[in-house]
Amino acid sequence: MIEVKHLYKSFDDKEVLKDINATFNNGQVNLIIGQSGSGKTVLIKNIVGLLTPTSGNILYDGRDFVTLTKKERVMLRREMGMIFQSAALFDSLTVLENVMFPLDMFSDKPYEDRVKRAQHCLARVNLEGTDKKLPAELSGGMQKRVAIARAIALEPKYLFCDEPNSGLDPKTSIVIDELIAGITHEDKITTIVNTHDMNSVMGIGENITFICEGRAEWQGSNKEIMDATNKPLEDFIFASDILRQAKITYDNEKKKKGLSPDPSL
Amino acid sequence: MLTVKSGLTHLGRYVQLMGRVLTQPDRWRMFYKQYISEMFQLGYNSIGLVLIISFFIGAVICLQIKLNIQSPWMPRMVVGYTTREIMLLEFSSSIMCLILAGKVGSNIASELGTMRITQQIDALDIMGVNSANYLILPKIAGLMTIMPVLVTLSVFSGIMGAYATSLMGTTTVPELDEGFRYQFNQWFFWCGMIKAVVYAFIITSVSAYKGYTVEGGSVEVGKASTDAVVSSSILVLFADIFLTQILT
Repeated sequence: MIEVKHLYKSFDDKEVLKDINATFNNGQVNLIIGQSGSGKTVLIKNIVGLLTPTSGNILYDGRDFVTLTKKERVMLRREMGMIFQSAALFDSLTVLENVMFPLDMFSDKPYEDRVKRAQHCLARVNLEGTDKKLPAELSGGMQKRVAIARAIALEPKYLFCDEPNSGLDPKTSIVIDELIAGITHEDKITTIVNTHDMNSVMGIGENITFICEGRAEWQGSNKEIMDATNKPLEDFIFASDILRQAKITYDNEKKKKGLSPDPSL
Repeated sequence: MLTVKSGLTHLGRYVQLMGRVLTQPDRWRMFYKQYISEMFQLGYNSIGLVLIISFFIGAVICLQIKLNIQSPWMPRMVVGYTTREIMLLEFSSSIMCLILAGKVGSNIASELGTMRITQQIDALDIMGVNSANYLILPKIAGLMTIMPVLVTLSVFSGIMGAYATSLMGTTTVPELDEGFRYQFNQWFFWCGMIKAVVYAFIITSVSAYKGYTVEGGSVEVGKASTDAVVSSSILVLFADIFLTQILT
């Protein structure tokens, strides 16, 4: 479990994160959602330690990342896997070498075992037979899957995904979402996904944190989001006509069943 | 005032980065792999350039000395002697390193800059890898190893260029032979080697600093690449003055 407590982050005079409090559960897909510029990426970068918070605490199963020593942070980072928006695969390495990289760096297992583990991870993301290809030879979706394989190679306890569906078509996005959710549940990983893709929100969002103008405005599941009465959240989620219509239909059905609809719409 | 402040800021950040670079590698087998690869990429791939430039410069120096310095009052071996001293003391060690600063420096800065903007360096950091050490140390060690070899090849190629002028009838092989052997001071060769190692460190570390600290996009990577060449060239020239004063 990862807990964020009273997290503030400023750049010069600009306060980007304001008193963020959120809990990300173990074995669940935890989503951070919000508009572009709301502070999602800054929040995830603070959580993984790419940025240092101005104040506040980030607890990894009770271990406060902010107060850890350099050596302890390095050890904790070996329990993390991250999938970047751009996949961030190493250009000069083949697919297999990319997936093997964390194993080569931190595992004492013999070479054959490391290759087997990397091939197992590639098989898990349905990328058998691509071992010798370079990242530039792969499609965007395949690159993301290689990034997932690399992130899980060391069997991490915490998995972070920064907009994993960015630039992908809806079908491929669903494949990526299902992979992330599947791995999270099977391996009991604490997964945090930074997204503004509504398909992901509705599909895999077991624990959603909504960020608006640097504040954590709402936290709940994808089932609760339809009944949420938070105005900025509704403006964000139901911004498109299709989703707004779906919300009206949902409220009407509830009304028919005798439950009160959301008064804000 | 602002320039001084900016200069000191860069110096501080450079020292901090070197503090992260010059530590024990996380995994020696990965370091050796990278070290061999960098020696090949930065050094081996520059051999052709070094041989061609040095050959022609050696030939041109020989011709210029013959045309401008030699007179009936000068011994005939002065052409070979002067060519050898110029190649050994200055061209192969310093000017060749300046030329390599352009090739190697821009290569390093653009490679690291691209890795930075495409989040590959962030990916290393999140894995718990000391990215500065993993990416930069093999480059520094690789070029510091291969640079003395390149300088030796440059001297050799320059002398071959000088011999080649004898085919044009400008000089004769026995005259050049005499000049090349005349009062040879072995220490001058070692001066060139010391300079080569120091310049290799300057070129790789400064270029790596410029590339590693890029912020922004492709325009900034291009700028960092240019800055790397300019800064490392200027620092090589400064170092040349001090090293020449100290070593000779």
